[in-house]
Amino acid sequence: MELYQKTAAELSRLLQDKEITAVEVFNSFTERIDEVDPHLKVFITCTLDSALETAAAVDRRRMENEELHPLAGVPVAIKDNFCTEGIKTTCASKMLESYIPPYDAAVVEKLKRIGMPILGKTNMDEFAMGSSTENSAFFVTRNPWDLERVPGGSSGGSAAAVAAGMVPLALGSDTGGSIRQPAALCGITGLRPTYGRVSRYGLIAFASSLDQIGPLALNALDCSLLLEVIAGYDQRDSTSLPHEVPQYSAAAGRELEGVRIGLIEENISANFDPEIKFAVLKMAALLEENGARITEVSLPHTDYGLSAYYLIAPSEAASNLGRYDGVRYGYSADGDNIISLFSRTRGQGFGAEVKRRIMIGTYSLSAGYYDAYYLQAMKVRTLIRRDYEKAFQNFDILVGATTPTPAFKLGEKADDPLKMYLSDVCNITDALAGVPSLSIPAGLHSSGLPMGMQLTAAPLNEGLLFQAAAVLEKCSDSPPQQRTALNLTGRGEL
Amino acid sequence: MEFETVIGLEIHLELQTRSKLFCSCSTAFGREPNTSCCPVCLGLPGSLPVLNRKAVELAIIAALSLQSEIQKESRFDRKNYYYPDLPKAYQISQYDRPLALGGFIEMKNEGVKRKINLERIHIEEDPGKLMHSGESIFDSDYSLVDYNRAGIPLLEIVTKPDLRSGREARLFLEELRCILLYSGSSDCRMEQGSLRCDANISLRPAGSKTLGTRTEVKNMNSFRAVEMALDYEAGRQAAILSAGGSIIQQTCHWDEGDRKAIPLRGKEGSSDYRYFPEPDLLPLILKSDYIETLAASLPELPSQRRIRLMEEYGLDPADAAILTENRSLGDLFEVAAGEYKDYRNLARWVRGDLLYLLKGNDRNPSEVAPSLLIELLTMLDEGEINRPVAKDLLANIVKNGTNPRELVQQKGLGRIADREKLQPVVEKVLAENKDAVDSIKQGRKKAFAFLVGKVMAATAGRADPEKVQKLLRELIN
Repeated sequence: MELYQKTAAELSRLLQDKEITAVEVFNSFTERIDEVDPHLKVFITCTLDSALETAAAVDRRRMENEELHPLAGVPVAIKDNFCTEGIKTTCASKMLESYIPPYDAAVVEKLKRIGMPILGKTNMDEFAMGSSTENSAFFVTRNPWDLERVPGGSSGGSAAAVAAGMVPLALGSDTGGSIRQPAALCGITGLRPTYGRVSRYGLIAFASSLDQIGPLALNALDCSLLLEVIAGYDQRDSTSLPHEVPQYSAAAGRELEGVRIGLIEENISANFDPEIKFAVLKMAALLEENGARITEVSLPHTDYGLSAYYLIAPSEAASNLGRYDGVRYGYSADGDNIISLFSRTRGQGFGAEVKRRIMIGTYSLSAGYYDAYYLQAMKVRTLIRRDYEKAFQNFDILVGATTPTPAFKLGEKADDPLKMYLSDVCNITDALAGVPSLSIPAGLHSSGLPMGMQLTAAPLNEGLLFQAAAVLEKCSDSPPQQRTALNLTGRGEL
Repeated sequence: MEFETVIGLEIHLELQTRSKLFCSCSTAFGREPNTSCCPVCLGLPGSLPVLNRKAVELAIIAALSLQSEIQKESRFDRKNYYYPDLPKAYQISQYDRPLALGGFIEMKNEGVKRKINLERIHIEEDPGKLMHSGESIFDSDYSLVDYNRAGIPLLEIVTKPDLRSGREARLFLEELRCILLYSGSSDCRMEQGSLRCDANISLRPAGSKTLGTRTEVKNMNSFRAVEMALDYEAGRQAAILSAGGSIIQQTCHWDEGDRKAIPLRGKEGSSDYRYFPEPDLLPLILKSDYIETLAASLPELPSQRRIRLMEEYGLDPADAAILTENRSLGDLFEVAAGEYKDYRNLARWVRGDLLYLLKGNDRNPSEVAPSLLIELLTMLDEGEINRPVAKDLLANIVKNGTNPRELVQQKGLGRIADREKLQPVVEKVLAENKDAVDSIKQGRKKAFAFLVGKVMAATAGRADPEKVQKLLRELIN
């Protein structure tokens, strides 16, 4: 087995035991990148030189028996909407095509501090708006399971990178499913943590009240290890939570005896792909075999979730993206006066989906419409939150499908925004409620594509999600590598 | 027809914090352009605001000193609009849940007691500063922007339409400035832009209760400009209404040079700021005991001090007003009055010669040691020095902090009362001014004063005037 096929936990162990060096790990993954990235198109920017320096420094320090973080020397990729000092941060937009931030995002600081080599910045839907990574202004990223299909989005680059063994760990951002949906479509594990659990400082905003940073990895244990690194209070983010960061990785291995699990009716809906429904029910049965109690539960306002989300998120986005006006940084068009400078810059610098959402948001906040749209949506959000609060009085974990279908074809939904929006239908309400939500692999569809199951817990109960996920992984007869695209794509189709 | 003028003011004050409202950049005035900036106040992608605790504290103190009711829960909102001086394309402000509601200022206008009510007080951030190569952003070849000001904490105070003339608006602002200087929340310098004022003004038939169509007047850069601009605009509206015309709701720009309020072109007034709650900040929740602690620490307000100065020290209203208006001058007076008991004399010196010298030398009253002032006045009272010498000594106190007694000893500035020392001087003056002596003999009193002056001049003002007069009379006769 190649190093690039190992999980972060395995690499961490081997590194700590000095059986391998961080540079060897680096070499294995970069060779893999050379091999598959031309086909998948994951990276907008590769930062291999600085990553190699980091790896070499980790090896040096380990030689000197310095105490290092367990993930020191384990490579990571980050979505291109995290600010990186001195390194282009584009949000996959023409608007920021050559933008170089003067500072590191809080999470990037943390990765650097513990010596995780950052291999590069991954492709995404422009400003994280989309569900297929087709909205990147630069290029399309392909699904490692089937190159004719999308990897999901908006963190499609990060998900494809992990699924194809280009990195063992990646960071994404999830506003309304952008970590979990691509994780499901690429057959890996991805967590949207509790809102406020991870500092947003330096994450280029899409919708501030919904944006949350989270890990993507081959399994739950790896996700928990990366979450331990990035979680925690940050005074630079007023919405970050002051709670202590527990040792999430200790959750894997705990029993499920007595854990109350609710099967969300709305997320195994009749119009979902039947194989996905079946896979979720099968996994639920496995949980039950392991001591959990399963009951069906309804989140009655789920039907309004998508509509509310597509008012709240665009409203915040319209405001957050106002700053890209061509005056200070980023793309700037020639204008005859200040108004034409603004309108041409924004007209030329943004892609169609971003403009669509800016228009929806501007409209929804406008005088005379605010009450009917934004305010109404906020009321729905409160109702959805209450649905969850009520459900968590009786349940510890809620489960359902992550997506209604497996990965769709490139271009299949590109011309129909509403269809595209519907691919996040299971992910939206968790985001509106601010609760943690984990997508894990749920086996393969008859088409050969991966499917995903989503597990949701009450705020700050990420540990419980990892616990359940680990139990399911143990029940599965194949190691995580075989449930991913690592072997399928490495020598086969690619 | 007789009209009543109705004016409401919108005042912006810079809160006197050391760092900006949402980041740690310095608020110091007069720095090189764009040197007091960071990712947060430049609105760089990914940056987030963190509320400045001190700004909230100063805002609460200001609101409390204006009798405004602090809201236990207020909220920040985004005011969205595009302009190059606004780095995020939204200003973080407070919209429908402001920091404080209500409040008032009591003042006197031509002897009549007036109570001017406030609508609301809220916190917001300042945009940057634009400079155009031409008249405005639209007819300039280029515009320059300085973001040092972007993010400086502002307090916005909105009055009810309770003011009735330009003069009254000015008096209100002067009183407001005085109160806020006392509270220490803002330095209120209109010339540096730390106090800015816009006005809404309308006319209505005297006795009517309904409001007429208003215009907004901007760009008034001094208290005097506020008075002139509003009186001008009231006159303009009166002329239109008297001629049977009607007022168009518009924004006018006060032109200091031409002394005219010029209506602005364009679509002002139709702006839709698309306010919504700022998702990057939590609601501002204030605990009662925190507000109470601040209320307890509130200094005496100017109106209270004015009355106290009159009652406690027997000062007349004019002296009390001047010593109140300038807080540190009043403080100097009160410290000195602890030991020097001729209060009215002290007040005259402090608000007269001393204030004049302080202004002329650009010094602050707090730089003057009260003990030196007491020393000086005591020497004067006890006849050790003459008044002109005292003024010179006061100038030395202000400029150099010199001890007057030491200076008198050093330079021999004490009063000359010895007959032996004065007689030769007087004799010399008489010898040199025979004409004057003749005039006196013919009964002209003026000539006598002239001779006294000559003797004083010859002794550098040090001669004892009474002794000089006595000697002169003796020797002439």
